[in-house]
Amino acid sequence: MNRRTFLKVMGSAVAGATCGSLIRPAASGAQGVFDANEFFGILIDTTRCIGCRLCEKACAEVNYLPNPDISEKANQAVFKTKRDTSVIEYTVTNLYETEKGKVFVPWRCMHCNQPACHSACIVYALEKRETGHVTWDKRCIGCRLCMMSCPFQIPKHTFQEPAAVIQKCNLCYGRFLQGIVPGCVEACPTEALMFGTRRKLLEEGKRRIAQNPGRYINHIYGEFEIGGTSTMYLSAVPFDQIGLRTDLGLKHYPEYSMVYLSAIPFIAGLTPIAMLGIAHVIRMAKKDAKEEHHDHHEEKEKH
Amino acid sequence: MEKLETVEIVKEKTEKREIRSFGEFWRFFLSELKPKGNPWTPFNLFSGLIMLLGFIFIIYRFVTGLSPTTNLGQEYPWGIWKGAVVNSGVAFAGGGYTLAFIVYILGMERYRPMLRETVLFAFLAYVFYAGALTIELGRWHLFYNPFIGNKYGVSSVLFIVAWHFMLYMVTLALEFSPAAAEWVGFKRARKVLGAAALGAVVFGVMLSIHHQAGLGAMFTMCKGKLHPLWYSEFMPVLYFISSIYAGPSVMIIVSSITQKLYAHRVDEEYRNAHPGIVLGLAKMCAATIFAYLFLQLILVHHEHDLYLITTPMGFWWLVEVGALAFVPMLLFIHGVQQKNLATINLAAVLALAGVLLNRLNNVFIAYNWYLPLSLKYYPTWQEVIILLTIIFIDVWVFRWIINRMHVLSKPPEWARMEKH
Ligand code: SF4
Ligand code: SF4
Repeated sequence: MNRRTFLKVMGSAVAGATCGSLIRPAASGAQGVFDANEFFGILIDTTRCIGCRLCEKACAEVNYLPNPDISEKANQAVFKTKRDTSVIEYTVTNLYETEKGKVFVPWRCMHCNQPACHSACIVYALEKRETGHVTWDKRCIGCRLCMMSCPFQIPKHTFQEPAAVIQKCNLCYGRFLQGIVPGCVEACPTEALMFGTRRKLLEEGKRRIAQNPGRYINHIYGEFEIGGTSTMYLSAVPFDQIGLRTDLGLKHYPEYSMVYLSAIPFIAGLTPIAMLGIAHVIRMAKKDAKEEHHDHHEEKEKH
Repeated sequence: MEKLETVEIVKEKTEKREIRSFGEFWRFFLSELKPKGNPWTPFNLFSGLIMLLGFIFIIYRFVTGLSPTTNLGQEYPWGIWKGAVVNSGVAFAGGGYTLAFIVYILGMERYRPMLRETVLFAFLAYVFYAGALTIELGRWHLFYNPFIGNKYGVSSVLFIVAWHFMLYMVTLALEFSPAAAEWVGFKRARKVLGAAALGAVVFGVMLSIHHQAGLGAMFTMCKGKLHPLWYSEFMPVLYFISSIYAGPSVMIIVSSITQKLYAHRVDEEYRNAHPGIVLGLAKMCAATIFAYLFLQLILVHHEHDLYLITTPMGFWWLVEVGALAFVPMLLFIHGVQQKNLATINLAAVLALAGVLLNRLNNVFIAYNWYLPLSLKYYPTWQEVIILLTIIFIDVWVFRWIINRMHVLSKPPEWARMEKH
């Protein structure tokens, strides 16, 4: 047991003992499910993507967003710039020039195993479902800490609306409940997108890598990155060449606010006692000093 | 003999003002709303105009959403309101707990004359600055959700900060309430409230440590997005320490101003004690800034960010930590040695500028620092007007209260006699 886990365990123990559930850290509901490891996700094989943008079109239809123009001509213009997802596009496909030529990369929420957005959300409006979907609920108050915290800058806010909302891919949670695969996966003509449990997807990814050693680099992006994600990538070139951040580390993001959260119960329990103690000691010392002073006076008077 | 007589007069006066019913209170309150002195000063005109404009913009923002009035966007979700009003403002209000700690816990009675002023300042800061947060919420009509339990986001730092804001506001109100009770003449309430003070202070200090640090902890998940020189897992500690010197620095300036502008409200005791208090606070500020700088250096060294010092962001960091933390520390020390209040005031202003810059850096200047200039955030003039509006409302209410209640002077005779 290293120091940090020790502190965490101690922290929660003290929290449970002193403060009840209100300020107990680490109560992000996803923890237990993470262990079960049956999150669903999407495996994106960038070597298969042909940049047809049918996934974007399907996404727009499923989520009632403005229909994108995906004609040949429009695509040529679109691929000139690097696009980010937006309040009306939950998924975008970008073109990267790499050492092995042109690579198309679909981009959307990573559905992290331990999402920064969920753990940052003041009302858990962004929630990691037990099935792995990270969804948004209208109880959100619009504080935008999720936007500050998400390492991939995925949650998007409709700043132009008086009652703004957070827009992002939810891995087609509604369709999932009806037993249908996500819109983008259904639409993809080359099976560059594959839907399934994370375990299955990892198996499949590793199989592809093993069978085509020349075709892929030996790594699945999202297997371990920031504690694992549900959207995962296969690639022929190092991932920084296709616009994926490789500097984020393996530690899951909620861990970073843990130092603070685990200290809270300690401070809550100890500072009042310490303060009352100090106040008492100082008051006694003052009293003693006064009495001594008094005694001196009396002695002097006696002489 | 003479003294006794004045005591009698004071007693009579306050006795007459004892208020028993709500109607009486309401009439008294309305009569007190009238401004004292000439309301048509240049400052009033200027701030009044800004506030008028600000109110219009605030309503406009509520009706049309955030984007017409602000430059907030997907890359910079938080702007100058979060940075200057909430993050800095709360640190600036840190005097509320530091001074209460000094007086009530450490028993340093010579600081007591400044206590009420400080608590009032902190209370108003929290009410208006935390209130400003509501303007900033994208779904402000649901701001109560984290409080009524439409899911408690207990692992969210902001959740903890929000609750602590609320509890601390109540605590500060409780700490200040004896003054309000004296003003209205609620005698029995005054007695009860006075007795609750120590408990409130202890609770308040605990809450303050939590949420001052919490404001820094909001950035702990910005790893990779906040520039490494500013980012650290120990940001909560940095925020907490900087609030220990930001609070007293503000009070050094505020009290120096009130001593001059409201001299007629200041009693003999406070006037005589004031230079001593300022010197004491300056000493404390110098020591705390030293601790802050020490921690900053350790963190930069420990996280191997030292090589970044020579980049443009590194120079900017040096401005913040060198010119606006190290220099004020030296000035504080110099001022204390020379017993020079002007130097101390200058040091306080610089130190505050440093804290403000630090918060702004965290919220948007050093946040997503790698983005091209065209995507960067800068506040619109409407945002600045709304910001000034909030500050001016604060100043107006502060002024109104110190002109009416016993803030800069001792409590009235009847309240003091009951106390012991
Ligand atoms: S990528 Fe961002 S928005 Fe998506 S689950 Fe992870 S933290 Fe949340
Ligand atoms: S903006 Fe909404 S979803 Fe995002 S953290 Fe705040 S409350 Fe949660």
